[in-house]
Amino acid sequence: MEVVGLDAGYGRRPVLSAVRFTVAAGGWLGIIGPNGSGKSTLLRSVLGLHPHEGEVRIDGLPLTAMPRRDRARLLAYAPQLPVLPEGVSTRDYVLLGRTPHRPLLAAPRRVDREVVADVMGRLELEALADRAVVTLSGGEQQRAVLARALAQQPRVLLLDEPTAALDLGHAQQVLDLLDRLRRQDGLTVVSTLHDLTLAGQYAERLTLLAEGRVVAEGSPEEVLTAAVLSEHYGARARIVPGPHGPAVLPVRGA
Amino acid sequence: MSTAAPGTRSGRTAAGPGAVRSRRSALLAGAGTAVVLGAAVLAGVWVGAVPLPPGAVVATLLDRALAPLGLDVPGALEGTRAAVLVELRLPRVVLAVLVGAGLAVSGAAYQGVFRNPLADPYLLGAAAGAGLGATLVIAYAPGQHVGPVGVVPLAAFVGALVGVGCALALGHVAGGSQSASLLLAGIAVAAFLAAAQTLVQQQNTDDLREIYGWLLGHLGGAQWSDVGLVLPYLGVAVGTLLLCARPLDVLAVGDDEARSLGVHPGRLRLLVVVAASLATASAVAVSGLIGFVGLVVPHVVRRLVGAANARVLPVSLLAGGAFLVLADLLARTVLSPAELPLGVVTAFVGAPFFAGLLWAGARRR
Repeated sequence: MEVVGLDAGYGRRPVLSAVRFTVAAGGWLGIIGPNGSGKSTLLRSVLGLHPHEGEVRIDGLPLTAMPRRDRARLLAYAPQLPVLPEGVSTRDYVLLGRTPHRPLLAAPRRVDREVVADVMGRLELEALADRAVVTLSGGEQQRAVLARALAQQPRVLLLDEPTAALDLGHAQQVLDLLDRLRRQDGLTVVSTLHDLTLAGQYAERLTLLAEGRVVAEGSPEEVLTAAVLSEHYGARARIVPGPHGPAVLPVRGA
Repeated sequence: MSTAAPGTRSGRTAAGPGAVRSRRSALLAGAGTAVVLGAAVLAGVWVGAVPLPPGAVVATLLDRALAPLGLDVPGALEGTRAAVLVELRLPRVVLAVLVGAGLAVSGAAYQGVFRNPLADPYLLGAAAGAGLGATLVIAYAPGQHVGPVGVVPLAAFVGALVGVGCALALGHVAGGSQSASLLLAGIAVAAFLAAAQTLVQQQNTDDLREIYGWLLGHLGGAQWSDVGLVLPYLGVAVGTLLLCARPLDVLAVGDDEARSLGVHPGRLRLLVVVAASLATASAVAVSGLIGFVGLVVPHVVRRLVGAANARVLPVSLLAGGAFLVLADLLARTVLSPAELPLGVVTAFVGAPFFAGLLWAGARRR
């Protein structure tokens, strides 16, 4: 997947300018950056939810010219604050992920139910299948949203802060799961992550956005340095190298 | 979570906290509603000023239905009583079913498309437009006919569509396909048309009685020609809405996520609003403004079958029909031979029923 020269804005105010990145199939790109740097707008532009200039390609095919249904078979999205419908069971919610694969007016087919059952099994959601999705806990809801995105059987998964609502243990569970899925199925993951340690531990490569521009990119070791964090986040931090990537330790000033 | 008894086919009869209605219980609720509708229709045709024995009613209906095949059913009604059944009661009950079904399905569709439980079919100016159209005609061109059709239903029909059309146009100018700007546009249009209606009404106080009679809803004097007038529009509109049930479920996750699932929320919303408004305009044309059905029937149905629109819409169709037949039955029997305004009865009967339902739901929780 490749993004080239992406510009976007709200009204006349530019939010992103000339953003570019490339992710290899099966890779995990973490998009990091301070608040308001344009991370969510970048994901929404890639999805075609936000007007933008520039090109987004998957396997060389430009997404911009693609019918929305075709695009939805390549690209799935889990927003930071998903809208969970009232009174809908978890199973029916996950089944919505099959929308781009089945005739719009028809009932779900057997293959749809099989894919949903498989995905729910892998995310350990079977026991919650008949519960209303709004009554699930935060971590369970996050898994349900992921399950819906995976039921789309996409090539690329776009995740906006997948761990924002989760405690540390649940955050690690979800990220471990994503890592497994990516290795098993060759799924490409692009996610924004505000927790820099988690970003450093799980993403293969990081892109740092500041004020709508890419200011650093590379492996976590290359991007997460004390100098970069001080310049773009105004943060004082120590970088602790580890076997799975660097951890970022905030340090109090004098 | 309860576990299914051994030997039962379904392992999903979950009834724990937050459990959603299973497919089987939804199917049962749907079948139950169909039975209630059938019973309501029968009660509607045999109760009235001229008592008609239930057996003879069924025999007459069968006799008429089988007549083209040359079959004769014994025990059928004859003479005046047959005419009361076939020319008075039957068209009225059929029209009540059509109007109730149309309003309930439209209400469910509006609530889905705006993701707002307070939406009802009159939200976007259909009621205010119809009211203005009917009032204008009653005040300035009373008693006119276009062919066999009175001019009041036509004016109401056109007024309803004009009202919704203005709301759609204004909403489009104000904010494209967003549901909030459409809602606000509807409120503005409805307020304007309602003010115009009040003004015309206030200038023509001689016609107040007739105007109110129309505004408060009625099915008295229903004829087969009314049924013929609304059936084509209502059929097309309700058919479209039923087809849109599954896409509407996708819309429930919000416009962004619906787009990421390959749906066009703006186009879908426009289609559903136009179809629901056509159904509403047809219903309003022949019955006046009957409130409550479109707002509350879908809520009651959701409690029975869950929130999936593929269930809510068809069951609302049955339940709306049944509710309006029963309300009309009350309207014409409580103070017989005088009739109560149907819109008053629906609220009088429906509101306490709904309040009881809310209370029962709160207790269960």
